[in-house]
Amino acid sequence: MELLLKTFEYMSNHAPRLLDLTGQHLKLALLGVLYGAILAIPLGYLISRYKKLADPVLWVANALQTVPALAFVGFVMLFLGLTPATGITVIFFYSLMPIIRATYTGITSVDPAMIEAARGMGMTRLQILRMVQVPLSLAVLMVGIRIATVIAIGTAAIMSLAGAGGLGQEIFAGIDRVQDRMILAGALPAAALAVAAELGFSALERLLTPRGLRQTSTVR
Amino acid sequence: MIQELSKAFSDPKIWEKIGAQTVEHLYLSLTAVALALLVAVPAGILLSRRPKLAQPVMTVVGLLQTLPSVALLAFMIPFMSIGNKPAIAALFLYALLPILRNTYTGIRSVDPAAKEAGRGMGMTPLQLLFLVELPLSFRVIMSGVRVSTVLIIGWATLAAFVGGGGLGQLIMSGFAMVRGSLILAGGIPVTVMALLTDFLLGRLERAVTPRGLRV
Repeated sequence: MELLLKTFEYMSNHAPRLLDLTGQHLKLALLGVLYGAILAIPLGYLISRYKKLADPVLWVANALQTVPALAFVGFVMLFLGLTPATGITVIFFYSLMPIIRATYTGITSVDPAMIEAARGMGMTRLQILRMVQVPLSLAVLMVGIRIATVIAIGTAAIMSLAGAGGLGQEIFAGIDRVQDRMILAGALPAAALAVAAELGFSALERLLTPRGLRQTSTVR
Repeated sequence: MIQELSKAFSDPKIWEKIGAQTVEHLYLSLTAVALALLVAVPAGILLSRRPKLAQPVMTVVGLLQTLPSVALLAFMIPFMSIGNKPAIAALFLYALLPILRNTYTGIRSVDPAAKEAGRGMGMTPLQLLFLVELPLSFRVIMSGVRVSTVLIIGWATLAAFVGGGGLGQLIMSGFAMVRGSLILAGGIPVTVMALLTDFLLGRLERAVTPRGLRV
């Protein structure tokens, strides 16, 4: 309890720097996920059209996901050096798997009857994508983006090792100097960011679920 | 890159370090996962009997999982100081969710007809659990164990920062001295360990699927 009070005092005394680190942290995480989404969403759509590609693409994305974060940062650092680009690249690779899989699941789980109905109404393939498949799979896609973002905020906490800044800088400095309040001053905001992302995106998912698909008292 | 690679693995002394740290790494990861198994599987079974309780418990454990692993590890230090104990405690908490969730979903998704049949044969609740529910949900539980184990092997690299040992030590000194060869000497074995675990536990998952459930 006393430690918590000390931590808050420390945090308010160093608010500008901590805010700065929080900003860096968010920038790393969000840019990584953004670039990931730019590649992963089209790729997820592609493998839902060409099912033969699905297994190899998902296999590669899964293998990337399996690489331990600290090792990954180290490998990428050898190529890109001690810059934020290293952090963003690692987060980019980690974002691929959740978003590809969510896009793929979202598109393939659209009821074929709906697509049939749309085709029957004379919609072109692009119209079907825009007016049927995208709205119906948006909520599932958001699950992928949420998972990717939470993972990104978590991994961004080690990017200070690669000179990319972020809240990890405060945590590792605290560990080095055996300063509990410094450790907590970095860890608390990082944890809050992750929880906020989780809760915020969950709310967004509910909002993006078309009314007809929301789970109400199922009438049969 | 190739140069760094050959530098990383030509020194016999480095192999000694890799060996010792691999053992430490396995010890950290497996202890955490074993403890998580001991807690999460019984808890998952209990929750499957009390679905009303399941929702809040899953939410809490789910939020725990969203915490950055570095932060979780950091939270342990004020209470447990440094060494491998805070590392194992943080990794244990991190390993809980996938196992708990999969045990719960696995047991809940057992075909009610199968349970009915078991009950009709005069099985006691305990027999039902061990002879019907657990075997039928074993594959789902194993998949949770695989996810947990791979995750934990990855994050166990952070233990080095709190003096908990493991392959993170080589990577950490590689970062500190900006020496690529050390990063590779620690990073490659730990990556291989994670990929191999994913592969082997995936095979095991398929092997333990009851023949009737295989597609």
